[in-house]
Amino acid sequence: MSSKKELAVAALRNGTVIDRIPSSVLFEAVRILGIERLDKHVTIGNNLDSKELGTKGIIKVADTFFPEDVLNRIALIAPTAKINIIRDFEVVEKYHVELPSTIMGIVKCDNPKCITNNEPMRTRFDLIDPKHRVIRCYYCGHSVTASHAHIK
Amino acid sequence: MNPDSLVSISDISKEEILRLLRQARYFESHPNQRILEGKVVATLFFEPSTRTRLSFETAVNRLGGRVIGFSDASTTSSSKGETLKDTIKMVSNYADLIVMRHHLEGAARYATEVTDVPIINAGDGAHQHPSQTMLDLYSIYKTQGTLDNLTITLVGDLKYGRTVHSLLEAMYYFNPTFNFVACKELQMPAEYRQFCTDKGIRYNEFTDFSPEVINSSDIIYMTRVQRERFTDIMEYEKVKNLYNLNAAMLDDSKENLRVLHPLPRVNEIDQDVDDSPKAYYFQQAKNGLFARQAIICRALGIDIPEEK
Repeated sequence: MSSKKELAVAALRNGTVIDRIPSSVLFEAVRILGIERLDKHVTIGNNLDSKELGTKGIIKVADTFFPEDVLNRIALIAPTAKINIIRDFEVVEKYHVELPSTIMGIVKCDNPKCITNNEPMRTRFDLIDPKHRVIRCYYCGHSVTASHAHIK
Repeated sequence: MNPDSLVSISDISKEEILRLLRQARYFESHPNQRILEGKVVATLFFEPSTRTRLSFETAVNRLGGRVIGFSDASTTSSSKGETLKDTIKMVSNYADLIVMRHHLEGAARYATEVTDVPIINAGDGAHQHPSQTMLDLYSIYKTQGTLDNLTITLVGDLKYGRTVHSLLEAMYYFNPTFNFVACKELQMPAEYRQFCTDKGIRYNEFTDFSPEVINSSDIIYMTRVQRERFTDIMEYEKVKNLYNLNAAMLDDSKENLRVLHPLPRVNEIDQDVDDSPKAYYFQQAKNGLFARQAIICRALGIDIPEEK
C-alpha cells in the first residue's frame, strides 16, 4: 500500500503535489486554485486513507509551480494541506499552507448589508486572530472563522 | 485615496483626537469664519439623516464654504442603478470634500478607494459614525475637563448601538472604567468585551441599572432600547422600562456626572431629567457642530488654532 503511494507521488517528474486535503473540500480546493483551467497533466485523488484525517484528497499538477500566496489561499478551507514541490522526481521543498494576512477576492462577506455584496468590487479580508483563524471584512468589519468562510 | 479621509475613529491617533478636541474648542468660541471660502463640500446622503446632514451643512456654511449634494438617494442616479463608484467619481469632479451617509456597511471605506477627494463618513449602516464619536468625546472632555481615568456607564442597547462601540474604541487611549448596563439580549458583544480585555480596559457588566452604578459614574451614556431588536416581544415588554432614567435616580450621583444620549430619545430619559444640571444631551448635539467644523478642516488640510 505504502509503496503504491510513493510511486504515485514519484510519478511526477516536475510539478506540485498538494497533499492532505480533507476529502470534503478537495474539489473546492481545485476550484480556488483555478486548476480546472490548466492545460498540464493534473491527477486528482480523493477518499484516500489518512491516519490524521481519516480520508484525504491529493492534487498533483505537472510542470506547474504556483506562487506561495496562491497556494496559501486553500488554507482557508484546508488548513492541513501540505505542499510538495517536485523537480526531477525529487521532493525539493515541502511546506504547510498558511493563512495569508490579507485575502483578496475568494471570500464572500456574510453580511448582506456589506458594500461588497452590493457593488461590483473585490472583497478583502484581514487575518485578525491567527490562533483562532478569525478573518475580518476590511469594509464592514464582519468577522468569521476561516473554516466557516463563504468561498465565492 | 486621500489620507485625510475619516472613515472610522480608529483611523486617527490619540494625538489627532486631542488636537481635534482642542480645535473644536476653538470653533466653539469662533464658530463663524471665512476659512472655507471658495471650497465646495458635497453632502451625499444616500440614506436620509436630517440631524447629521444639517449639522455638517451648518458647519460648512458657518465657515464660509458652499454645499452641494442630496438628502435622499431616490432623487439621484443611484436609484437608476448607478454604482456607488460612479457617483463618487462624478461628484469628485465638483467638490473639494465629500461627506457621505450610506445604508451599506463599508460604503465610505470603499469610496476612499475610488477617489482622491477626502471622504468623511457620516454613518455607514450600523458600522461607523466617527463624527458622532468625536462629538461624544468633545462632550465628555468639556464637561469633565479631561478624558483620562473616567468611569463611563453605557446603558440600554449595547449590542446594536454603534455609538457605544465607537466610543469604547476611542476611549481606550484614556484609561477608562466602563460599566455595561443591559439586559441579556442586548449585552455588549463578545468582540468588544474581548477588545477591552486585550487592551486592558476595566469593565463591569450589570443587568440592573442600580444606584451603585449610577453613583459611581462620571458619565452615563444612555441609548434607546428598540422593540425591533427583540425576536420575543414578551422579552421586550419585560425589559423596556428597566433602563429608564428619571431625576430622582440622580439624587446621590457625583457632582460632575453628566448624562449623554446620542438622540433621538423616546422614553429612556424622563422629561424631568431635562431640567437637571446633569442633563447634557441637548448641548451634546450642539457640540456636534464644533466637532464637525474641526473634522472638516482636518480633511481639507486647513491649519487652525487650538484652544485648551
